Amino acid sequence: MTALHTMLAGALLLLLIALPSLAWRPAASFRKVYGATMAVSLVLLAVASASLAGGIAQTLVLPMGLVGTGVHLRLDALSSFFLIVVNLGGAITSLYALGYGAHETRQRRVLPFFPSFLAAMNLVVLADDAYSFLVAWEMMSLTSWALVISSREKETPRAGLVYFVMASFSAIMLLFAFGILAGSAGGYAFDTIRAHPISAWWMGAIVLTLVLLGAGSKAGLFPLHVWLPLAHPTAPSHVSALMSGVMTKVAIYGAIRILFDLAAPAIAWWWAAPVLAVAGITALMGVLYALMQHDLKRLLAYHTVENIGIIFIGLGLALAFRASGMTAAAAVALTAALLHVLNHSLFKSLLFLGAGAVLHATGERDIDHLGGLIHKMPLTAFFFLAGSAAISALPPLNGFVSEWLTFQSILVSPQLDQASLKFLIPVIGITLALAAALAATCFVKAFGVTFLGHARSDAAREARETDRFSLTAMALLALACLVIGLVPDITTHLLQPAIHLLTGGTLPAPGHGPAPLSLTPFANGRSSYNGMIIFIFLLLSGGLTAWAVHRFGSHAVARGDAWDCGTPGLNPRAQYTAASFSQPIRRVFGTHFFSAREEVDMPPPGDTRPASIRVRLSDPAWQIIFTPLLRLLHLVVERINLLQRLTIRRFLALVFIWVVILLMVVAAWH
Amino acid sequence: MGSTGFDISHFLATIVLICSFALLYQARLLGLIHVFAVQALALALAVAWQAHVQAAPHLYVTAFIALVMKAGLIPYMLRRIVHKLQIARTIEQVVSTNITMLAGVFLTILAIMVVFPAASMETGLEREDLALALAIILLGMLMMITRRNAISQIIGFMALENGLILAASGARGMPLVVEVSVAFSVLIAFFVFGIFIFRIRERFDTIDVDELSAHRGDME
Repeated sequence: MTALHTMLAGALLLLLIALPSLAWRPAASFRKVYGATMAVSLVLLAVASASLAGGIAQTLVLPMGLVGTGVHLRLDALSSFFLIVVNLGGAITSLYALGYGAHETRQRRVLPFFPSFLAAMNLVVLADDAYSFLVAWEMMSLTSWALVISSREKETPRAGLVYFVMASFSAIMLLFAFGILAGSAGGYAFDTIRAHPISAWWMGAIVLTLVLLGAGSKAGLFPLHVWLPLAHPTAPSHVSALMSGVMTKVAIYGAIRILFDLAAPAIAWWWAAPVLAVAGITALMGVLYALMQHDLKRLLAYHTVENIGIIFIGLGLALAFRASGMTAAAAVALTAALLHVLNHSLFKSLLFLGAGAVLHATGERDIDHLGGLIHKMPLTAFFFLAGSAAISALPPLNGFVSEWLTFQSILVSPQLDQASLKFLIPVIGITLALAAALAATCFVKAFGVTFLGHARSDAAREARETDRFSLTAMALLALACLVIGLVPDITTHLLQPAIHLLTGGTLPAPGHGPAPLSLTPFANGRSSYNGMIIFIFLLLSGGLTAWAVHRFGSHAVARGDAWDCGTPGLNPRAQYTAASFSQPIRRVFGTHFFSAREEVDMPPPGDTRPASIRVRLSDPAWQIIFTPLLRLLHLVVERINLLQRLTIRRFLALVFIWVVILLMVVAAWH
Repeated sequence: MGSTGFDISHFLATIVLICSFALLYQARLLGLIHVFAVQALALALAVAWQAHVQAAPHLYVTAFIALVMKAGLIPYMLRRIVHKLQIARTIEQVVSTNITMLAGVFLTILAIMVVFPAASMETGLEREDLALALAIILLGMLMMITRRNAISQIIGFMALENGLILAASGARGMPLVVEVSVAFSVLIAFFVFGIFIFRIRERFDTIDVDELSAHRGDME
């Protein structure tokens, strides 16, 4: 039994787990379902890891599916890597759900779809023909859609509708992309597509556009991200973690598989320009959106948009270098992208799980109603802080490694031949630096307002630490973030089979750097990074400072209320709020990007009504694209509606005129 | 098949086509019915000739069905309807005859331009027959949309169906069962139309289909 057989059997087993959950009494059965899901995910994770290390592609053809094509499955280095991401996320969220599931009131609407969602994601990555890829892709969309609408919140119907429309859009775009790739001969197996690659530049342009629209809308590229901040927060928190941390990565897998594998012979340097431009805008807009939010889960969802932008920057750079034959630089850029895929899946899952713990403990997602939770939920606060540091790309955690690698590949971009890319890429680099800094600001806000200061509501005052399963899951994720950051050379080395498959180059082998465990992206050793040394330095200097403070200062400490600047009896409402913290940035960027307007209502002296400040923001994606689009659609539909009320003769005339027009096209074609 | 056989089948198919033009031109209902009967007769001859030259005896059955049904039974019953409803003198035309005829010529050219390049590998006979049949079908559709009277619409539909039979008989290897079922479906359609015409007339005192639109349920 090969690894591929095991993967397939595991995915089918996940589907089977979903079935009996319909029959069991939900209150008693959720532990069985999540336990079984976790066990299967762990096995699949082990198999995928072994297969990535083994590095030999396995294929399997099943006699079903599309007539004449069959179901093709393939397990190569790239799919192994993404299977690791999927099943790691699956196992940890299942572990979390073992505890969190007890609070779930609508088990029947979550239990059947959770394992099948995981199974669908596994199958997308395993698929090796367009038909089974799209079937699995749609299954992934539908099961996650069912999970999104499982909650009963005010915005659930709208989230479900927008998600459904965008998911259908993405599948249709990918369908067209595969249609172009298959050509007129119509070989839908990926092997056939590889054997008969597209050659014309315009075909490549169409495929690139369709992939950016199809996979991009699923991953969350601006301005197609609109479903993501609606759908991700609405789902139960362990599902949010899975959707934000893992499903967006499966979309990225689709983009990589098509662009770097199936359409690889058509790669041209100008492909990089639209990818980089869209990615840069996505990264910046994602973090700016997030800064404007005070709903914790929505803030995290917008950060997913930002990180998808960062990953696509890596992909765009890899395209540019690959087209110019700079395999070493392409390998670095793609390593950065893939490592960020893994990293983001880890810390975004961690943050969503932390947000879920807070949501369960307080019933609040609005951080302006939270505060002071570090005293009530110290462990959750610590893990959330670790996740925040990781996503803010602080060394020695993992987020820094992948962003550093991205910058390393940006730094070699002057060696490219194309003048336009020479100018574009530094601009993207500056955008990325700005986005990274703003992300740190945003997580200072998210962590500070949620966990520090005074409680702003009774719910926050009476919060309790979450259960052991949830804490274990978060601890494992935080540990993974730290370990990847400490041994960056080993983790990047493990990715190299996939990198070599797609770019033909690899990073230098570990041990090449100036010190053990140093990561050197280029063999000539211009720069290197060593997380372990930074970690040791931080431990030593931090420990020394702590010792000095306690030795000389602790006895003189007087403990007062947090953030009261020595003024006792401070009202919790006098604290920083999410909106006030981000006001400077809103003033700099918001007026242009979100047409932010502040309305200050200051009553004159003597008037006792409270003063108020109201901020109005508008979403540029809706304002510029979706609202006009919907209006246009309405107009067209109203016009077309007239066709429903024609006389019989006019209906016939309509059909007749179409037949004649089509015949004329056929005649002109010859 | 020699060139004589080719000429004769071409000649018969062309008569069917010319009858279609005559249908377009004819404004009086009784005249329409008579021209339709002539067209059906020409069709029966064309099919019978095909049966002869292709040595396909089952096509004789098709020809016989066309002769009995379309040249005999249906025109006879349509005449009865017209007399019963006393609409023999009705003259109706939505689009002027000149424009209709010009459109008909255009459609015939279009049919030839579509079929000739597409069927270049076929033998000459089949190719030309197919072009003529397509032209007849298009003319039948044109007639259905340029007439307002239910009876002339029925005749347009039947003329369209004549084109289908001509196309089917020209293609080798068309099984009899297809033709029989087509003939029966036409007969059933005719009955349905006939019953409807009487019901409509009883209720609304007209068989002008455009008049009926005012009685539709979905109009606001």
